Amino acid sequence: MSDLMTMRSATISVLVDNEAGVLARVTGLFSGRGYNIDSLTVAPVDADGAHSRINIVTTGTAMVIEQIKAQLDRLVPVHRVSDLTQEGPHVAREMALIKVIGTGEKRVEALRIADTFRARVVDTTTGSFVFELTGATEKLDAFIVLMQDLGLAEVSRTGVAALARGTRTI
Amino acid sequence: MSAEAPQSGAEILLRALKEQGVEVIFGYPGGAVLPIYDAIFNQNSIRHVLVRQEGGAVHAAEGYARSTGKVGVVLVTSGPGATNAVTGLCDALMDSIPIVCLTGQVPTHLIGNDAFQEADTTGITRPATKHNYLVKRPEDLARVVHEAFYVARSGRPGPVVIDLPKDIVINPAPYNEPAAQHKSYRPRTEPDLGQIAKAVAILKQAKRPMIYAGGGVINSGPEASALLTKFARATGFPITNTLMGLGAYPASDPQFLGMLGMHGTYEANLAMHGCDALLAVGARFDDRVTGRLNAFSQGSRKIHIDIDGSSINKNVPVEVPIVADAGKALAALIAAWDADDAKVDAPALAAWWRQIDTWREKDSLKFTQDMTPGAVIKPQYAVQRLYEIARARGQEVYITTEVGQHQMWAAQHFKFEQPNRWMTSGGLGTMGYGLPAAMGVQIAHPDALVVDIAGEASILMNIQEMGTLSQYKLPVKVFILNNEYMGMVRQWQELLHGGRYSESYSAALPDFVKLADAFHATGMRATSIEQLDDVINAMLDCPTAVIADIAVDQKENCFPMIPSGAAHNEMILGPEHESSGAIITDAGMALV
Ligand SMILES: Cc1cc2nc3c(=O)[nH]c(=O)nc-3n(C[C@H](O)[C@H](O)[C@H](O)COP(=O)(O)OP(=O)(O)OC[C@H]3O[C@@H](n4cnc5c(N)ncnc54)[C@H](O)[C@@H]3O)c2cc1C
Ligand SMILES: Cc1ncc(C[n+]2csc(CCOP(=O)(O)OP(=O)(O)O)c2C)c(N)n1
Ligand SMILES: [Mg+2]
Repeated sequence: MSDLMTMRSATISVLVDNEAGVLARVTGLFSGRGYNIDSLTVAPVDADGAHSRINIVTTGTAMVIEQIKAQLDRLVPVHRVSDLTQEGPHVAREMALIKVIGTGEKRVEALRIADTFRARVVDTTTGSFVFELTGATEKLDAFIVLMQDLGLAEVSRTGVAALARGTRTI
Repeated sequence: MSAEAPQSGAEILLRALKEQGVEVIFGYPGGAVLPIYDAIFNQNSIRHVLVRQEGGAVHAAEGYARSTGKVGVVLVTSGPGATNAVTGLCDALMDSIPIVCLTGQVPTHLIGNDAFQEADTTGITRPATKHNYLVKRPEDLARVVHEAFYVARSGRPGPVVIDLPKDIVINPAPYNEPAAQHKSYRPRTEPDLGQIAKAVAILKQAKRPMIYAGGGVINSGPEASALLTKFARATGFPITNTLMGLGAYPASDPQFLGMLGMHGTYEANLAMHGCDALLAVGARFDDRVTGRLNAFSQGSRKIHIDIDGSSINKNVPVEVPIVADAGKALAALIAAWDADDAKVDAPALAAWWRQIDTWREKDSLKFTQDMTPGAVIKPQYAVQRLYEIARARGQEVYITTEVGQHQMWAAQHFKFEQPNRWMTSGGLGTMGYGLPAAMGVQIAHPDALVVDIAGEASILMNIQEMGTLSQYKLPVKVFILNNEYMGMVRQWQELLHGGRYSESYSAALPDFVKLADAFHATGMRATSIEQLDDVINAMLDCPTAVIADIAVDQKENCFPMIPSGAAHNEMILGPEHESSGAIITDAGMALV
């Protein structure tokens, strides 16, 4: 019982028919039932564009997360719902574009930190950088925090894409 | 052979409906659906019933569907036609009623232009339906229609909208059959036998077992009700039904404890509270049923059979979840029960029944009717007499209701022996449901007696459908328990808001007898007890639609009652009983 009430984070992948309105069904389900969305990504995942994969990071009690999965599963265009957090090890990655504006010492320091994080410079002017950084959500969070004192101007993040490790598929 | 002349989208639509076995459409025309009405005009196999407001069409289709087990079909125009249908769609979604609703739409090239009578129907109805479609390509039309019927009736039934742009129904379309299997929607219906075995083990060991069966048994079909009865008899266990489940188990059976929940019987609620094993079948642990969750049936091991995985562990955690069709699961349960050598604990079961019988002796539905001529009619007595007189006449009876006290009195005092005879708005609680629903039932069962047990406030919400009754000569009986109050609201104000009857008096009521007359129906009235039987008999003898205005005790409250936020053992009993001392907490007051 107490297990059911503990909060946890879950990364859930949903394989859906790539039809009009399917994303609205999923987001409407979350807003209508008061579930959290920490991150959401969606894109077609096969050559003919017939299926899309939606990755959702959410938090809730175990009972709520079970309920979220059951609610997703009963949507008509949903093929498979997979709770990556629960079903075994998985990899989850996000990409961010981060604009830093500054000159002098700060600019040098930003570049040095970007290098340690293996961020790529995808655009530069004498007064700015756009960094591209891929990694776990926490890594992106950490980089962005460090940039705050160094001229952080704008952030664009993709949200999480995730897959199970090993031979398992959705 | 010459090639077939190309058919218009509207003709293709009707052909697909015909193949789905559709006999009746409840609808209302308008610009966007005129090509469909043209196609309807040119054929004879599907009957169209013209309602007086689109909301009535959906409730009529619900009544038709619930009383037959078939999918109800609705046709409305774009914009206001579609938005008028939304309440009915929500109602059908909450109560798991299979409906296919065809809505007109502006032509595809105008969508998004704020065109005349354009509404984002798929957007508006997305959370109001099980699924919806906007047909944008002629080649999808026939397939979508077939899919929509499959989705509406499979798994947990529900309403499906098909939005049809005008060009799609005008232009020629090919007739493409649907795929043999739906791409993604394949609800599970067969039970896991390992789970069935666990259920049998728990139930065989039980000392205080209880069966709680709901509307899902009715959704599953009449065989499921027969199997439920068989299982209950084989086990000797007590059984209760939800409001939506009434008729799933014969009410006259001695093992039946009546309805449970907020206005359920004392014995049903205390047995739920005290049981040590609970078998829930096709019931969704609704808040009207559970009362305060952290006090709900705390001592029981729970088994839950439901076709929708999201109904399980939603409100109440259970030990044995079984995702399956109720009928199939009950058949498996009976087979496993018979195959298992273990015996039930007969002495414990006997003691449990003795306990239940002491609760039954409270007679929690008791009321006192003064029989002296001139005495005021008790609403419960009016329902009881309607039941007794109708039964004595041996006619097949279907009851619909509006929403309020009268609905609860109908649930408590009308006894249902079979499924599909009781149509009520349970989940959404939609006032105005009963009259159009009765209309749909009468269309499906022309020779049956169909009565809408109504309140004087609710009936006015869809009173325009009296016109439909008159046009199609549908002899529906509207039996109004007229307390001149929104009684259920008045009752809550009395119990929870210090008797401040804010806006709950039914002022300026119409003369219902004259109103019936204006609609070419027959009006009658009973104002005191000695008139009641005569009016009921006259109503049942009358070949036309009837409005029977029964003036009942204005102050009567509906008991027993579990106040919001209270537990099953904190029930308030009526004035016939010594005070039960339940208190309504501030937290409870915030609930609905
Ligand atoms: C004024 C008012 C007062 C009310 N008071 C009460 C009250 O005192 N007591 C009461 O019980 N209700 C009461 N209700 C009704 C209540 O709000 C709910 O509508 C009702 O309790 C739900 O009934 P149910 O659990 O049987 O579920 P339903 O709404 O009938 O749902 C059916 C369940 O069965 C499942 N199912 C569907 N098809 C199948 C199948 N083939 N096989 C297996 N499972 C299936 C569904 O997934 C769902 O979980 C009241 C309503 C109103 C308006
Ligand atoms: C459409 C709608 N509006 C409001 C309500 C809230 N409501 C529930 S019962 C009720 C009063 C019903 O009065 P009446 O039809 O006279 O029935 P009674 O309770 O008196 O038997 C109201 C307003 C509702 N259920 N549905
Ligand atoms: Mg009233």
